[in-house]
Amino acid sequence: MPLSLPEVKRVAWLARLEITEAEAAAAQGHLNEIFKLIEQMQSVDTERVTPMAHGQDVAQRLREDRVTETDQHALYQGIAPQVEDGLYLVPKVIE
Amino acid sequence: MDWEVVIGIETHAQLSTVSKIFSGAATQFGAAPNVQACAVDIALPGVLPVLNRGAVERAIRFGLAVGGPEVISRRSVFARKNYFYPDLPKGYQISQYELPIVTGGIVKIQTEGGEKTVRLTRAHLEEDAGKSLHEDFHGMSGIDLNRAGTPLLEIVTEPDMRGAEEAVAYAKALHALVRWIGICDGNMQEGSFRCDANVSVRRPGAPLGTRREIKNLNSFRFLQQAIEYEVRWQIETLQDGGSIQQATVLFDPDKGETRMMRTKEDAHDYRYFPDPDLLPLVISDATIEQIRSELPELPQAKRERYQREFGLPSAYAVSLTQSIEVASYFEATVAAAGSDNAKPAANWILGELAGALNSTGIDIGASPMSSKQLAGLLLRMRDNTISGKMAKDVFDAMWAGEGDADSIIERRGLRQISDAGELEKIVDGVLAANQKSVEEYRAGKEKAFNALVGQAMKATKGKGNPAQINEILKKKLAG
Repeated sequence: MPLSLPEVKRVAWLARLEITEAEAAAAQGHLNEIFKLIEQMQSVDTERVTPMAHGQDVAQRLREDRVTETDQHALYQGIAPQVEDGLYLVPKVIE
Repeated sequence: MDWEVVIGIETHAQLSTVSKIFSGAATQFGAAPNVQACAVDIALPGVLPVLNRGAVERAIRFGLAVGGPEVISRRSVFARKNYFYPDLPKGYQISQYELPIVTGGIVKIQTEGGEKTVRLTRAHLEEDAGKSLHEDFHGMSGIDLNRAGTPLLEIVTEPDMRGAEEAVAYAKALHALVRWIGICDGNMQEGSFRCDANVSVRRPGAPLGTRREIKNLNSFRFLQQAIEYEVRWQIETLQDGGSIQQATVLFDPDKGETRMMRTKEDAHDYRYFPDPDLLPLVISDATIEQIRSELPELPQAKRERYQREFGLPSAYAVSLTQSIEVASYFEATVAAAGSDNAKPAANWILGELAGALNSTGIDIGASPMSSKQLAGLLLRMRDNTISGKMAKDVFDAMWAGEGDADSIIERRGLRQISDAGELEKIVDGVLAANQKSVEEYRAGKEKAFNALVGQAMKATKGKGNPAQINEILKKKLAG
């Protein structure tokens, strides 16, 4: 299932990566090498194998529902390019 | 030709934890911008999410309420839903995809045609995004991340509803349920309970039509209006020979219409994958059993019990279980007034009390008249101290804050005359003074009897027990 060049460009766009034509062609080559590997793996019979959700075979630990964080927005906003009235300012994006 | 409307609903219920789903920041509504957004919520590099037990327990409560232990996954997995938007600082939302915490379940709704079952597809845990403010920032947007990381339970139905009324009935039943089991405050103005409606139309018996999704409806009225508009629009489009394109639309309450937000072509490609920062969530049978033992009796069970135990008609049982506050008020009243007063209790709660609460905009939980006070009134009616008409006056006085029924009856001298000897004397007097009516009655004129009752009531200054007066009059006239 090799990736076409437009598909590579769409993936780049979805990830908000700016790539040149040359980079796209190179990425296509690399990605298709990976797909070959995936195809090879897909030929393995996994009928009785439980899908793995995590590399470690342990379960999630839970924390108690308690407020433990204090207000540190002034500190965090010290590295923000622009703030006003406690809000982070960003270029306007309306969906 | 007929059209059949097909609706499925997705609801985001904000879980009522005090801290966020993956961080220890507070979730309180209305705080100043960004003061409740910690390093995890604003996605500083190197932070890791730690799952909140309170959110998991609330999701389990929901599963138990809609289906029991078998709909709760003993193992569920968190996934990353990837998209770019400024109020989502990580660039992905932590959600559940392939293995949600709840799979299946049902919600029963009351429709004109009787009770109907809406099947649930799933319910999964996820985090909310922040808020974007688009006005007044010199052409920029202001981002408040207080809401980022707030726990949500997204509840998805099968396409089981067949019109706007059923959709609203479902949304109301679900809203009552999440409040009933204490997992969501249900405050729709604050966005704690928001619905998306997937709407399509088809010829009866035909395959499902193409759906359009109406996003973010935060009132039952908007849900109804949006669906009605959307259905009309889809039918007109099809009848005019057009076709429906799969799309996401927004409802504009001012114009009362839906408008396109995005089509299928630019639908998001979320590229879900298991979140490597979170391990699978494993829930033991013991945990489920523990939570089940703490769950309040559910509305459906209460409805059935009220009919069985108190002989209430189904409509009463449904109305009394519209919210846990109404049911609690009813049960407290019956506990104080005895179960033989259950039916009058239901009558007064759903009638006079509901009317009074409604007209003043007060919730029953904050009623100025306690269930104990109402019970006091019912007891005095049952033992014939006061008549139904007097009871109404006592109710009004209690509502106005004049104290409990007994003291009002005492102070106002409302005690009904039920002493048989006294009443007989009064009736004798009335019969002697109204010979004409007596003759008319004996000649077969039924109306004359009512005139005599009226005279007797007048003679007791309205305090005579009307049923007793009736009885005595009948006996004396027959004799």
